[in-house]
Amino acid sequence: MGRAGNFQDKPKKGPGRKARKQKDPVFPSTTKVDDEPKKLSRRQKIRAKKRTLKQEAAKANPSKKMKKMNAKQKVGGDLDSEGEHLFSSDDMEEFTNSIKTDNIEKTQGKTKFALFEKDDSGDEDSGGGGNEDESEEENDDFGVNSEDEMDDQDDDDDEDEEEEDDDKDIEKLSKKIEEKEKKMRAAGDAYLEESAEKIGIQIPSLEEIQQEDEDSPDLPNINARIKDTAFVLADFSKRREEGRSRSEYLAIFLKDLSTYYSYNAFLMEKLLDMFGPTELIEFLEANELPRPVTIRTNTLKTRRKVLATALIARGIDVDVITWSKVGLIVMRTPGNVTLGATPEYLAGQYILQGASSFLPVMALAPKEGEKILDMCAAPGGKSTHIAAIMRNTGMIVCNDLNRDRVKALVGNFHRMGITNAVITSHDGRAFAKLMPRAFDRVLVDAPCSGTGVISKDERVKTSKDVRDVQRCSHIQKELLLAAIDSVHKFDGQNGYVIYSTCSILVEENEAVIEYALKKRNVKIVPTGLDLGKSGYVRYRQHRFHPSMKLCKRVYPHSYNMDGFFVAKLKKLSDGVLKTTEDEENDSISPR
Amino acid sequence: MRPLKNEETVLVFTKLKKYIGSNVRALLERSDGLYCFRLHNGRIYYVKEDIMKFAATLPRDNIVSLGVCFGKITKGGKFLLHITALDFLHPYCQNKIWIKESAEQNFMYGNHVYKSGLSRISENTPKYAGVVVLSSKDIPLGFGVAAKATAECRHADPMDIICFHQADIGEYVRNEEALI
Repeated sequence: MGRAGNFQDKPKKGPGRKARKQKDPVFPSTTKVDDEPKKLSRRQKIRAKKRTLKQEAAKANPSKKMKKMNAKQKVGGDLDSEGEHLFSSDDMEEFTNSIKTDNIEKTQGKTKFALFEKDDSGDEDSGGGGNEDESEEENDDFGVNSEDEMDDQDDDDDEDEEEEDDDKDIEKLSKKIEEKEKKMRAAGDAYLEESAEKIGIQIPSLEEIQQEDEDSPDLPNINARIKDTAFVLADFSKRREEGRSRSEYLAIFLKDLSTYYSYNAFLMEKLLDMFGPTELIEFLEANELPRPVTIRTNTLKTRRKVLATALIARGIDVDVITWSKVGLIVMRTPGNVTLGATPEYLAGQYILQGASSFLPVMALAPKEGEKILDMCAAPGGKSTHIAAIMRNTGMIVCNDLNRDRVKALVGNFHRMGITNAVITSHDGRAFAKLMPRAFDRVLVDAPCSGTGVISKDERVKTSKDVRDVQRCSHIQKELLLAAIDSVHKFDGQNGYVIYSTCSILVEENEAVIEYALKKRNVKIVPTGLDLGKSGYVRYRQHRFHPSMKLCKRVYPHSYNMDGFFVAKLKKLSDGVLKTTEDEENDSISPR
Repeated sequence: MRPLKNEETVLVFTKLKKYIGSNVRALLERSDGLYCFRLHNGRIYYVKEDIMKFAATLPRDNIVSLGVCFGKITKGGKFLLHITALDFLHPYCQNKIWIKESAEQNFMYGNHVYKSGLSRISENTPKYAGVVVLSSKDIPLGFGVAAKATAECRHADPMDIICFHQADIGEYVRNEEALI
């Protein structure tokens, strides 16, 4: 190439994958003519209900005070302490209609509900002009003409009475109003909860929600509805609305969660099956935030305390991880320092690694002088950890299918000063044929769907479906069997296989181990980790071996680490176990 | 993967001699076993014999790296020492240069060492000798070739180069492709 080389990006042509261009975005129509009534928030709806109840009661026996207040009441969209419109658009419509029909009594009756919020609102507003401006700005929905008309009508009543008050005690009045607002606000929440209990949480039907989805979704509204639905589901028998099934509530819950957190329906359903509604919300929230950055000291080159001092001297705040001897958690890095380019990093004194990646290596517990295989090693955090524990004795074979990622492996190994490694790039399944029964311990950190590391990679939320999970689980099963074939049987000290994934789905974890238990003569043994929840022995329709509870699961919302699964298997004997199916097949064939 | 031929061995050892003098034997006969050099895909690997024997049983095309890569034999027939060999040169190296903290970043970006960045230099360093460059905290940063003997350094101008850059640890980040 050289001087005459053309380094321009050529636009890809043809039917290939790379030639496909992203289509232009399609925006839902946001501009709507507001002929339809304005959508109410949850709070507004509860209020509206209470209003109607009170109005009916008031109509039955109106008090003197009420009559006086009505006369004083001004038109306009007064905002209450919360800043929400006092008038709902339903009422406003009738309001404007009634003005057109010159029915003043009706309109005055409608203004009664405003009294709850501001008794002195009439006093406060001095003159029609000030109020008009406010109301025009804040209430675009309402017809301007109608307001003018109303103001004119009210002015005649109010002007004489109000002007005196305003001249004298405006400050006192405003203070009074502030106090009232505070009280109202405090009472408001309690009042809402109470009314929610009494009236019941109103959640629209599934069709309405699906309809809503076509228009631009109102996220805060959806968030409130999510919490409401979770609240109802928590004590379903008492809090349900009559005539609506649990499955409908669940469907609404799923739909809202998918919209709010941008997941696809498949994954959201899987997660709901695993966690209950409240825990699911915690899990999803945890996935929105990144996990804290952690590093592992390379014990071949330095010690944790020395490294911590050196990093603190550079301005990086670190703290030790209590359950590990080599882990450090980074609290804060100053802006001009990149954690991945400090002289200490380049000298190989530490490596950036997620905290949950320490777990499989701690479970593996390699000893000096052993032969270890790491089947899916790239980028090399776990393999370098193993080599550091072995102190460059023995031998470790690190393998990864992807050639590009193997380069990162090589770089990391050299940087950290590891001499006892052989780095290869095979399909992991090949080791069963290449080197059967050759290794003392094997680590399989299988490629997975990545549902435990959603906080690192958001694409997992929408890109996974049934086929992806099935494909992953198929490869994982094959890799695990190959790993079991590559290790020699238990000789009193060695003969272990560690299986780990960064996924939380049962299909990729317990199901794979169960498959291995059926196909090979292996046994699940305790991992030796104190962190983590135990694996599922029963999950929905699955029934696993009782020893499955010895496996460990980690979730982002419970341990503030990436989601992980670790299982430790001991190989009892070589050879393949025949299941009943295999035996039948053998007996069928005449040979 | 094959053992080195005579010419290649001569190449490698002459280069190493520039840095570690006559300690080359110490590299091969270590306390924890015998080590050897092997050539694979044009690169020289320094690896323990047991591991080498095991790796020899694996398919050649899939082996990416063995032990430690010291460097590569270029198409022009020269032996180029990579930064990956630093850990082994550093303990045996006779001539060392310590640089100031202010000059550390500069060196790690691939620039030469100027007199203004020099903190200390080991005694009796001949001109054009191979040196290991260390930081003020004794962290090895890379290696180079001394442009001036120790005596000359004392009288040098602040903007004079006193060490030519050969390899530095910044290459792990800058130049990862070249290491494989």
